[in-house]
Amino acid sequence: MSASIAARRGSRWLPEIVVALLLIVLPFGFVAAFSAVDLLTRILLWGLFGIGFDLLFGYSGLLSFGQAAFFGTGGFVTAYLLTNHVLNNVWLGMLAGVVAAMLFGVLVGYLALRRVGLYFAMITLAFAQLSYFVENSPLAPWTGGENGLPGIPPPTIHIGPLLFTFGEGWHIYVLVAALFFLGYVLARSIVRSPVGTVLSGIRQNADRTAALGHSVAGYKLSVFVLAAGYAGLAGVLLGVFQSYMPPDAFSVDISGQVVFQTVIGGAGTLLGPTVGAAVWLFLRDELQQIPGVGSLWMFILGAIFVALVTLLRKGLYGTFAALWQARFMGATPQPQARPQRVARSHAATVLHTPPEPIGAAVTPVLEALSVSKNFGGVRAVAGVSLAVPAGEIYAVIGPNGAGKSTFLRLLSGEMAPTEGRILLRGQDIAGRSVTAVSQAGVAKSYQINQLFNDLTGRQNLRIAALARRPGTLRFDMFRAADSIAEVEDSIAGLIGELGLEASADLPVTTLPYGEKRRIELGLALATRPSVLLLDEPLAGLSPGERQDVIRLIRRLAADRTILLVEHDMDAVFAMAARILVMHEGGTLAEGTPAEIRRDADVRRAYLGGMAAHVHA
Amino acid sequence: MPSTATLLSQAFSGFAFGTLLALMSSGLTIIFGTLGFVNFAHGAMFMLGAYAAFVVLTYTHSYIAALLAGAAVLLIVSVILERGLLQFFYARPPEDQLLVTFGLSVMLIEAIRYFFGSDSQRVSPPAWGDGIVDFGGLFYYPLYRVEVIGIAAAFLLAIYLLLYHTSVGLMVRAGIEDRLMVGLLGIDVRKIFLLVFAVGAMAAGVAGVIFAPLSAVIPDMGTPFLIQAFVVVVIGGLGSFGGAIVGGILVGVLLSVTTAFDPDWSQASIYLVMTLVLVLRPRGLFGAVGRI
Repeated sequence: MSASIAARRGSRWLPEIVVALLLIVLPFGFVAAFSAVDLLTRILLWGLFGIGFDLLFGYSGLLSFGQAAFFGTGGFVTAYLLTNHVLNNVWLGMLAGVVAAMLFGVLVGYLALRRVGLYFAMITLAFAQLSYFVENSPLAPWTGGENGLPGIPPPTIHIGPLLFTFGEGWHIYVLVAALFFLGYVLARSIVRSPVGTVLSGIRQNADRTAALGHSVAGYKLSVFVLAAGYAGLAGVLLGVFQSYMPPDAFSVDISGQVVFQTVIGGAGTLLGPTVGAAVWLFLRDELQQIPGVGSLWMFILGAIFVALVTLLRKGLYGTFAALWQARFMGATPQPQARPQRVARSHAATVLHTPPEPIGAAVTPVLEALSVSKNFGGVRAVAGVSLAVPAGEIYAVIGPNGAGKSTFLRLLSGEMAPTEGRILLRGQDIAGRSVTAVSQAGVAKSYQINQLFNDLTGRQNLRIAALARRPGTLRFDMFRAADSIAEVEDSIAGLIGELGLEASADLPVTTLPYGEKRRIELGLALATRPSVLLLDEPLAGLSPGERQDVIRLIRRLAADRTILLVEHDMDAVFAMAARILVMHEGGTLAEGTPAEIRRDADVRRAYLGGMAAHVHA
Repeated sequence: MPSTATLLSQAFSGFAFGTLLALMSSGLTIIFGTLGFVNFAHGAMFMLGAYAAFVVLTYTHSYIAALLAGAAVLLIVSVILERGLLQFFYARPPEDQLLVTFGLSVMLIEAIRYFFGSDSQRVSPPAWGDGIVDFGGLFYYPLYRVEVIGIAAAFLLAIYLLLYHTSVGLMVRAGIEDRLMVGLLGIDVRKIFLLVFAVGAMAAGVAGVIFAPLSAVIPDMGTPFLIQAFVVVVIGGLGSFGGAIVGGILVGVLLSVTTAFDPDWSQASIYLVMTLVLVLRPRGLFGAVGRI
């Protein structure tokens, strides 16, 4: 037991140890072969730039084409401060450059992150161009314009009487390698932390991540600023390394180069960009020596890039790492090494401790007061009111297009109602964001599964369970995502409750529909809601699975308020304490199942020929 | 404060450049609207058009031949790229589409650099473009630059007619609205995609031909133009044909008029306007809600 824990500890730090050893050993072999320590320094400099970019693109899915803006800002702020002797401490000057890049990152990120996907890429590119032109013309008196800024002094440290200068060759290599290592350790820590888990959730399904109660905008801005910091540091180091800041640091080619290197090496691997940088710089330096081929080095790189994007999207390092894992660690992802510390009996108690305030049963937990939603001229929901007492199962039924799902979206905060109020324990939540509503204790399970497809069931549930901890944005970067005992316990409990023990550690895409459906329900449950909204929880399930889910819903209702939309009338009439019948956006009837059965309007307008079936 | 004549002259100059930018951006926007991806190689295609003009005008001195050659080169290149590679990217994430066209753009630029070198080539305006136009004594303007407006506008009109007044255009626009439905109706969506990609690419190529006599022809010439086209479509609304035209002219005039005040800040001004649009109206002036 203790040996296996020690082995796990060892493997936790194995990548860091390997990287550290390579940084120490590699130069000797490399310099012997190519007599160029500077080439290695450049590779690490671009690799460091790429680690930040990989956090942004590879892990969070945000493809920025404007990283040059921060690379240049970092480099030029440091260069200006040091060459004009505004600051005489080189280390402080370097720090100021990184901070400036991050501040610029806050500004650009605030604006660019308002959009996603292609728009985001184009906007970041445009901002980088803006800073390129501003740097080159209006700021030329400070940046040297087309001449750049020469004469950046090297940083020094005093160790006792000894003065060590990080000047040329080996000296600057030591500094860049040390900072590269620190950057790698920090990035790997983030990737493995709860923050990294949420970022991967954002990459795969940003809407669901927000609906689970995470501040998607906050996390995106954080990782954007962090990536700007890495870019800024790389720019600072370029200036120090060359003792000269070149004017093209802001150019679109710089932004393109980091994208190129990251994709060639492999996005989402942290070390991929360094491999990509090695390929890039190596081809540039070595291919150019060959007559006739030399001028084609960039064309060849382009062809490699296109081939990798088309066929090997994981890139060179990513593909290698995947093969390595398959060869030595087994083809499927390892089952969690962590022992199942939570017994099933414990699981039940985990599931039955929602954050329900005492005394909530007195008033309705969830109330809608003549809520309406218009889409242009269409009135999808027209003045619907309901009151759900604590611990009750409340069903909303109606024919397709009656507005049930839209109504549920209004309650969950995914949409703001046009009119009306929605009260959660007396507090108006209408118009609040889905994240805020989720944090207030309302969770929704979707009609169409909204899972994180690249992850396992356990990792899916972890994204949701992490949101249950108070606060929408947590900078919890220095602990492993699976190290929070209460989160792991509740995940284990849920897995037991949902009967997913055998499949929890397989990628969710490989699971049968019924199990995906249970994970969908589990995502909502893992946020430990006091109000659970279920949009057709039984859709697509087999009769046996339906019975399981119905039993589960009943169990959940013991200390939780449930509002569900469902087409399975037998299930609705068997489970629900009260039923609301919607028709063409409005309320047709509301009452107990017995009242609904007797209601003439409902029979005429909705149940029709099904009335007999319902009676049975 | 610059004189009225200077301002008018700059505004006119910007209008000429803006129509060209509109032609370029219209290609970008119809490709996005139909195929759903941003063609990062659009700047390289513009550059290919300019090189086609350089070669043809050097040997034949026929402007019409240059326009035809620019269109033909881009027709061939776009068909090869779409059939050979890009059609396999329709089902992939937008980031992959951006990356692959970015890679293709590098390959096109470097291939041209290999054959023509990095030196800038000069292309003379056609003989009927020689001369100066007198605008009522207020300002004088090179004839070719005036003609550019007409030529670019003619091509924009042609694209407009193709999209809005033919049955093929109807299918294209239906494809923008609902790709699946068009397929269900028995229309071959693949052919429509190929057609739109080719038309969009030819718009960039023709813009390159028209632009060639106005500037130095170099392998990297397309990149700044592409980024300006991005600004145009962000301002106008990605996927909107009208947005590309209004945005193009707006950006062209803005670039040119601000130069009269402060050339240092001129380039920056278009990005500031773009920022303003993003803050006040994120989907762009003519963009549909919820398209992206």
